[in-house]
Amino acid sequence: MASFWTFVWPLIVIVAGIVVIIIPVLIGVAYLTYAERKVMSAMQRRQGPALVGPLGLLQPVADGLKLFGKEMVIPSGANPGVFLFAPFLTFVLSLVAWAVMPFGAHLVLSNINVGILYLYAISSLGVYGTIMAGWASNSRYSFLGGLRSAAQMVSYEVSMGLIMVTVLLCTGSFNLSEIVLHQQTVWFAVPLFPMFVIFFISILAETNRAPFDLPEGEAELVGGFFTEYSCMNFALFMLGEYSNMILMSAIAVVLFLGGWLPPLNFEPFAPLVNLVPGPIWFALKIAFVLFFFIWMRATFPRYRYDQLMRLGWKIFLPFTLLWVVVTASALEIFGWLPKVVP
Amino acid sequence: MAFIDRTARALLLTELVSGMALTFRYMFKQKVTLNYPHEKGPISSRFRGEHALRRYPNGEERCIACKLCEAVCPAMAITIEAEPRADGSRRTTRYDIDMTKCIYCGLCQEACPVDAIVEGPNFEYSTETREELYYNKEKLLANGDRWEARLAANLAAEAPYR
Repeated sequence: MASFWTFVWPLIVIVAGIVVIIIPVLIGVAYLTYAERKVMSAMQRRQGPALVGPLGLLQPVADGLKLFGKEMVIPSGANPGVFLFAPFLTFVLSLVAWAVMPFGAHLVLSNINVGILYLYAISSLGVYGTIMAGWASNSRYSFLGGLRSAAQMVSYEVSMGLIMVTVLLCTGSFNLSEIVLHQQTVWFAVPLFPMFVIFFISILAETNRAPFDLPEGEAELVGGFFTEYSCMNFALFMLGEYSNMILMSAIAVVLFLGGWLPPLNFEPFAPLVNLVPGPIWFALKIAFVLFFFIWMRATFPRYRYDQLMRLGWKIFLPFTLLWVVVTASALEIFGWLPKVVP
Repeated sequence: MAFIDRTARALLLTELVSGMALTFRYMFKQKVTLNYPHEKGPISSRFRGEHALRRYPNGEERCIACKLCEAVCPAMAITIEAEPRADGSRRTTRYDIDMTKCIYCGLCQEACPVDAIVEGPNFEYSTETREELYYNKEKLLANGDRWEARLAANLAAEAPYR
């Protein structure tokens, strides 16, 4: 009987861990939509949702219930299997990446040694959900949206990869927890500030957010790749998009803003900031990055498609390549290379 | 120099940062929208809303069936039929306004010699059917009774300019 429990007990622990991670993420997604509407409306001097519950705090619940009550429409020309699978894929991919995310010291579901590669792989797979949705809908708008999205995500992943390489040069480890621990003296956002800015702009493009929301581009493409979706499928796309935003912010926090480490972690403030547990700092930093997402959306108009491609390939790519060389040279010349543990 | 200046500005994202600073400042400014069903904006005493037929303080209806409003109405929304009453005074037997035709120009209240037909401050009278917007005399008199305080105040406020 002991052998039975040796297999089942870890399973229970992992499932519990998954639930503990996913539920806050989903609640975060719900309230990110609320925060987006509130912040955008404040920046446009409007009131935003204020009727459902106190200060409109129950608005996400009302939106969710409304979407559940809608009819699920599958266009007659669509490929039903792929059509239904695409939102599911987008949603699941945005959640599985959380498995390697370090929420605190030793607070990680799966502390694998290639965490950053895993994240990179999962975020690259995200493009499949979009392009499958665009193709399976059998609609011109969806198809154009899907094509744009594929090209855009692939383009910006290149410079994102190079930015990750600079961080890896400074840490010498693919493990996300170790990357965070390497930032105890100074967060990488400070020495690698230009990389941080470019990384932030790239994750805007990667999550199809304004000013790079061409795949949706409601002005010219109706709703982009999810034009034909309704009801639960639409809700899954929305959940996937917003949890992708949270995920990308989390990656930015881990790579550049010191993960769960508290800010002001030096002598006069250290005892004070360490009172707050790491996961809370992690969540606060994610919220800070997400505020920038919304702030950007409220400020900038949408890019034209050729401008988007020009920015990705002719500015970000050469700049990040140059910066990889500069970082590598600086590390080598000043002898700051991280020590490789055999 | 111009090249260096332009490049430095582009690399430091000065324009983006100033744009973001602007939206950030706006976040703390006062809201310009109203929470409509719970808050309402001020309405001028000249506001031309839902029509009403007024009465004299003794309860006698003001309208003398001169049909000036019917004649002036550019949308031909007003229909009046009249005959002498038992006491010999001339009164309307029918006073209909088709609110779906009305263009809210206010010429009827301008034309009225006895301030009987007026356009009041009410603008929230949407209905679920078209028929409910064909107002008859009873409805218009009921409106007049309901809004008389506001109507009289508005007329008094506008009296110096008429």
